Parts: sequence; structure tokens; C-alpha cells
Amino acid sequence: MSQGKNNVNLLHKYYLHSLTIEKRWVRFYQVVIFLVFFTGWEFSSQQRWIDPLLFSSPSKIWNLFLEKFQDGSLLSNLGVTLTETVFGFILGTVLGTILAALLWWSPMLSKIIDPYLVILNAMPKVALGPILIVALGPGYPSIIAMGAIISVIITTIVVYTSFKEVDPNYLKVLQTFGANRFQCFKEAILPASFPTIISTLKVNVGLSWVGVIVGEFLVSSRGLGYLIIYGFQVFNFTLVFLSLLVIAVVATIMYQLVELLERKLIKE
Amino acid sequence: MSFLAIKDVHHTYFTKVSATTALSEITLQVEEGEFVSFLGPSGCGKSTLLSIIAGLIKPTQGSILLENKPLSGAKNQIGYMLQQDYLFPWKTIEENILLGLKLSKQLNDETKNAALDLLKQMGLNGIEKQLPKQLSGGMRQRAALVRTLATEPKLLMLDEPFSALDYQTKLKLEDLVSNTLDAFGKTAILVTHDIGEAIAMSDRVILFSPSPGSIHKVFPMPDELRSLSPFKARNHERFSSIFQTIWKELESLESGKE
Repeated sequence: MSQGKNNVNLLHKYYLHSLTIEKRWVRFYQVVIFLVFFTGWEFSSQQRWIDPLLFSSPSKIWNLFLEKFQDGSLLSNLGVTLTETVFGFILGTVLGTILAALLWWSPMLSKIIDPYLVILNAMPKVALGPILIVALGPGYPSIIAMGAIISVIITTIVVYTSFKEVDPNYLKVLQTFGANRFQCFKEAILPASFPTIISTLKVNVGLSWVGVIVGEFLVSSRGLGYLIIYGFQVFNFTLVFLSLLVIAVVATIMYQLVELLERKLIKE
Repeated sequence: MSFLAIKDVHHTYFTKVSATTALSEITLQVEEGEFVSFLGPSGCGKSTLLSIIAGLIKPTQGSILLENKPLSGAKNQIGYMLQQDYLFPWKTIEENILLGLKLSKQLNDETKNAALDLLKQMGLNGIEKQLPKQLSGGMRQRAALVRTLATEPKLLMLDEPFSALDYQTKLKLEDLVSNTLDAFGKTAILVTHDIGEAIAMSDRVILFSPSPGSIHKVFPMPDELRSLSPFKARNHERFSSIFQTIWKELESLESGKE
């Protein structure tokens, strides 16, 4: 009996050990890819296999990073873009959810609006950029509007679909207790759709970055999008790559934060 | 005058391609404290009738009177239990069972304590703060019963509430529900397609025939079965003869259809 139990414990230990080993190999190859990519980039740039003027090199980018970091201009530009993005995606998600609630509230309205939603969703929202800039003026409002507008329609569609898919029996339970439509929404529809809303938040983080960067391309005199377009205009591709890498890192961190929020809010 | 009077109810469902008559000429009285079962093959409109009595659907024709009053003002007097518990998964058991009271603005210390007491009587101790998914199917259905009874409905509708449970849990729950309803003197209507369940639990079994749904035959249950708990009634000598009678009647309905 105890012999058998020891055996099981031993096997379990082996199993855990094999898991750890597998995880280490995965990490190892991830690091290898990272190192090969950047050393390859650096080396081929120094050997002039690729044009260093166009493709820059990691060491140049790093030096520029230190320089821009020390004079504070990188952080202030990053701050601008980050603020716009956060406002953009929160605004997009909230407005989308409110619109979805309106559509759920009035089935008639949703039938009327349906083709317009399809058209708006199909249309490339960044094409609205020039109009927004003229209407709202060049600055924060128009760029935040870009970040929001790019995600608001798709949020409306996804959240509205999730509202409609809530099991009607939950509503039946509420109706037998005499609940009105607002109570049905508050007690069943909204909480049941919470996971969907959070997951659209994740998608919207990515979308808002696109909207804000494009917005900065068009108008801004500050922000990472501005640095990219400025670097392009003065043919300083080191600056372009630096901004790109910073965006990649910060966008990843933001995505991870939203994922953390998701795990906190939905304690499954 | 009867506690619940259903007068000449017709109901037709309309779709783009068809108009389906689900119920026709339903006239029925239920006395206070009575337990009535609606039995019939699927598609005979028994669940539709239940929804109409609960005021969830308006019948195309006919009227429902509860204590001589039309239904519209009587929403909170009717409790409804569904095939599954439909406890809200994001609410704790306590929040779930107090939901009806909260929605009808009857929530105060007194009603809250009554609901929590009822939970204890149902053998659900110390689970108030747990989420529904931490409970077994039988416990969840018991919590759902507490939620339904918490608003003190005069009439209880049970729409196949035991059909999703395993057999043993179902037998235990039948006894519990039957005892609870007796103790509170509640009037109840049970929809089921389980002949045994209908016989064991009710005072009267009403057999429905399909397309369009109408009352085919009414079987009053003998006193010796009515006085027993469902589990004991199933073992009574008269049980199987009544079962056979209803079974044959159901068979004749099926063959008549073809």
C-alpha cells in the first residue's frame, strides 16, 4: 500500500520535473531568437550587408534611447501618446457599451440602425482623420477621438451580440419577480456580458494604438507617432525604430495590465 | 369561486410562414392548496399554458382569474421554477435567494431572515456566501426553490423542475418540495412528462393532448395516495394501476396522432 503511494509520489515528481525542463527549453529558445535577431541586425549593419542609413542598428538605437531618455523628451512624448491611447480605448469601450445598451433597450432602434452599423464598421475609420482634425482642432481631442472612433463600432457590435445571447430563462426568472426592463439589464444582461466587455477591452487596446499613432501622423507636434513621422521626414530612421520599439514594449505592457484586470474582475 | 380560474384560453404563435395554435379551449379551475399536474407529450402546450398563467405571455383569447382578479396586478403572487435552477452564477446564494424580494422592494430584515431560515430548513447550511457553481445540482435546485418561495407567492409554478437531476436526487427533492408546499399550504401547478412524478406528487393529474394543446382527460388521485409523501406514494399498491391507466391513455394519444 505505502509502497504504491511512494511510487505515485515518485512518478508525480518525475512529471513535475519534466514540465520544468520543458519550460526551460521554451525560455531558452525564446532568448536565442531575441539574441540572434538583435546581434544579427547589429552585425549585418556594421558589415554593411544592410544599409545602416535605412535599417539603423541596435547600438545606435540604444544610444539614441539613452540620449532622448536623459533629455526627457522620450518620456514626455511617450506620456502624451499613452494618455491619448488610454483615453481613446476607455472612451471607445464605454461609448460602444452604451450604444449596445441602447440597441438592446429598443429592438426597433436596432433594426433601423443595423445597416448603418454594418457600413460604419466596414469603413476604414482612419479615413475620418482629416475631418476630425478640422472639426475638433489639431490637438488632444481629435487624436483621442481617433483612438476611440476606431474601436467604438466594433465594440457596439460585439457587446450587443453578447447582450442578445444571454439565456432568456434568466430574464424569465426576473420577469416572474416583476422586474422591469432596466432591472433585467442591471441584474442579468450586463453582468452576464461582463466577460465579453473585458475581452473587447483587450482588443481595443491594440486598436486605439493604431488610431492614436495615425492621428499623431496627421496632426501632432508631440508623441511617438510624431517622432516616427519626424524621423521619416528628416531621414533619421534610428528615431523611427526607437519609437517603434518603445510602442511595442509599452503596448505589450498595457495589454498585460488589461489581462491582469480581467483575471481580477472575473474570478473564475 | 375557485382560487385560480382559467376560462376558455386559446393561444396561437405567429411566425412568418405559419400560425400554430398551441392551446385551444382550456378551461380549468384550481382550488386553494391544491397540487395539480399538467401531463402530456412534448409540444402539447403545457409550458405555454404555464407561461400564460404566470403572466409572461398574453393569451390570444380567454382570461385568467386569480382569486377573482385578473392577472395583471398579481405578478408577485406567482412563483415560477424552471427546468434548471437558473441561479445567477455571479451572485452568491444569499444574493440569489433575496433577488425576488429586492426586485419587488420587499427586502427588509424580517423577510431577509425568513428567506435565510428557509434556506436552513432546506438543509442548506453555511453556504450563503458561496457561488452557485460550488454547489451540487440538487442543492442548486433547492436554493432556487428558496428563491421562488422567498417572495411568498400564492401560486407556485413548477416547469419540469426535476428533469435535469439524477434519479436519486429527484426522488429526494420531490419529497422535500411536496412537504414544504404542504407546510406552507401553497397551491402549485407542476408541468412534467414523467407519469410517476405526476401521480406521486399531485392531487389531480390533467392529461393534455397535442396539436392543438387541449385538456384530454382529468384524473383525480385517490385520497390514500394524496396523503402520502411522493416517495411512499410510488410504493403504494394503487400506484401501478393508476400508472397503467394513464400510460394507456397517453399511448392512445400517440397512436391517434399517426
